[in-house]
Amino acid sequence: MIATLRAELGKLLTTRLWWVLALIMIGYVGFTAGLLAGLFGALGDQLGGQAGAPQLPPEAIAPVVYSTVTAVGYVFPLILGTLAITSEVRYQTLTPTFLAQPKRGRVLAAKLMVLAAAGAVFGVIGLVAAMGLGAPILTATGTDAALDASDTWALAGRIVLAMALWAVVGVGVGSLIPNQIAAIVVVLAFTQFVEPILRFGTSIWEWTASVGRFLPGAASDALVGSSVFTAFGIGGGSVEMLEWWQGGLVLLALAVVVAIAGYLTSWRRDIT
Amino acid sequence: MRTRTNIEFRNLTKNFGAVHAVSDVSFTVEPGRVTGFLGPNGAGKTTSLRMLLGLVRPTSGTATFGGIEYRNLERPLATVGTALEASSFNPGRTARNHLAVYAIAAGIARKRVGEVLELTGIAEAADRRVGGYSLGMRQRLGLAFALLGDPEVLVLDEPINGLDPEGIRWIRGLLQQLAAEGRTVLVSSHLLSEVQQTVERVVIVSHGRIVYEGTLDALESAATAIVDAPDRDALRTALEAAQLVVTETDAGLVVSAASADIGAIAQRAGVPLSLLHAQRAGLEDVFLQLVGPGTGVGA
Repeated sequence: MIATLRAELGKLLTTRLWWVLALIMIGYVGFTAGLLAGLFGALGDQLGGQAGAPQLPPEAIAPVVYSTVTAVGYVFPLILGTLAITSEVRYQTLTPTFLAQPKRGRVLAAKLMVLAAAGAVFGVIGLVAAMGLGAPILTATGTDAALDASDTWALAGRIVLAMALWAVVGVGVGSLIPNQIAAIVVVLAFTQFVEPILRFGTSIWEWTASVGRFLPGAASDALVGSSVFTAFGIGGGSVEMLEWWQGGLVLLALAVVVAIAGYLTSWRRDIT
Repeated sequence: MRTRTNIEFRNLTKNFGAVHAVSDVSFTVEPGRVTGFLGPNGAGKTTSLRMLLGLVRPTSGTATFGGIEYRNLERPLATVGTALEASSFNPGRTARNHLAVYAIAAGIARKRVGEVLELTGIAEAADRRVGGYSLGMRQRLGLAFALLGDPEVLVLDEPINGLDPEGIRWIRGLLQQLAAEGRTVLVSSHLLSEVQQTVERVVIVSHGRIVYEGTLDALESAATAIVDAPDRDALRTALEAAQLVVTETDAGLVVSAASADIGAIAQRAGVPLSLLHAQRAGLEDVFLQLVGPGTGVGA
């Protein structure tokens, strides 16, 4: 099992995919975090004075800025995990993989573990980008960057955990939808289009909101405990978000269910 | 002393839905010589090999290495070296890393990667991404993967495809050397001429069934005759009743048997002949007759 783990780690690190994705994520998360920090910092006072404007207490600003790692960046570990499986299908490298390790379940288990670690690393990288750009801008605009607060570092830990779980979900999605193009289309369509619409749609009524909070993105936000999408109290109404650990369990359950479904359907199929 | 391992196919059968890809294939490949696994494209060669390697689940029957299925081998890559098609590479990974990943997975020493790269003549290109490799270089990398574990058994699917003349000569020498070292070598090909100079024994499949198994010499001297009768169907029925392989052509029926035997069968069945002609066929002709008409000839 150790050998299989090391081999899977080797596969991940010997193509350009991981650092290309990491670079794009740094740019995207860094830009978004910097933008939000600047926006809240500079406009916070003016917004606060106007009736009906979105209200955000000052102590919630730094978490919203830092949680852009998951709020906008979760798609990167998700795609990394998906591609870790579908690229093997696309380039027919499952053949040498299963020749070297005929116990297919071990290969999938090793991929899940390696990608969990990679997702956590993506979380750390994302935090460096979000804090590296967000904190100085917050400080410069006179808002508390809260880097010395233990709550901030607890938040950071939950962000790393969420990113790890998203990568694991990605492996599950890849094993369930082995066709690379189909898998990427599904991931992008769901995360960028279907889920945002569902989250907004379900937030209209109380009974739908109690279902909508179990959507993967909502669960992720619950786990992290902060998100630019939930900070203004859009949606939810009187329905509480999930507890952070409940959100984590929803994500974990999603990952386990899709991985097991993928194993039972496509992973054991004939490799022709 | 090297461990000697047979490859054993026992009543191996695979159906893909209604398609009978492989039907009741049984044969044994012994160490110490190169065995050819021949047949036109689509005859079931690759499917048989993939079942042997645990990549495809047989509908029934078994394919083992001395009685042990591939997935139960203790050290698979160190027991069986495999080169399937020349496209199983991530184009973004270098040849050295490609081999290193599987060496790690199979518990093979890292220095062996450099050795097989030297052995297959691609050491200079080893740190380039495989995406830029020619078909010939990919074949060599496939072979390097097969040799990674210094295995007792080699299973190579169309290894000569895409190699240049120099490469073809090199691989022929290599295969014979590996067999001379006491290894079991099974090489598939859809062209007899490709492996004619390398293999001693051949197993020929067509439409998923074995149509010939034996030495090349015996194959060459296999008598065939062309025979016809005004009542061709009656003749065909009689010949097939005598367990002969009959192929219908425009000129008549091609039968793998001596012409005297064919004449006797026709007489017993009471079928007057209009043609009976013994053929001195070349090896390639015998091969084509065996695999039947219209099955990917020269493809």
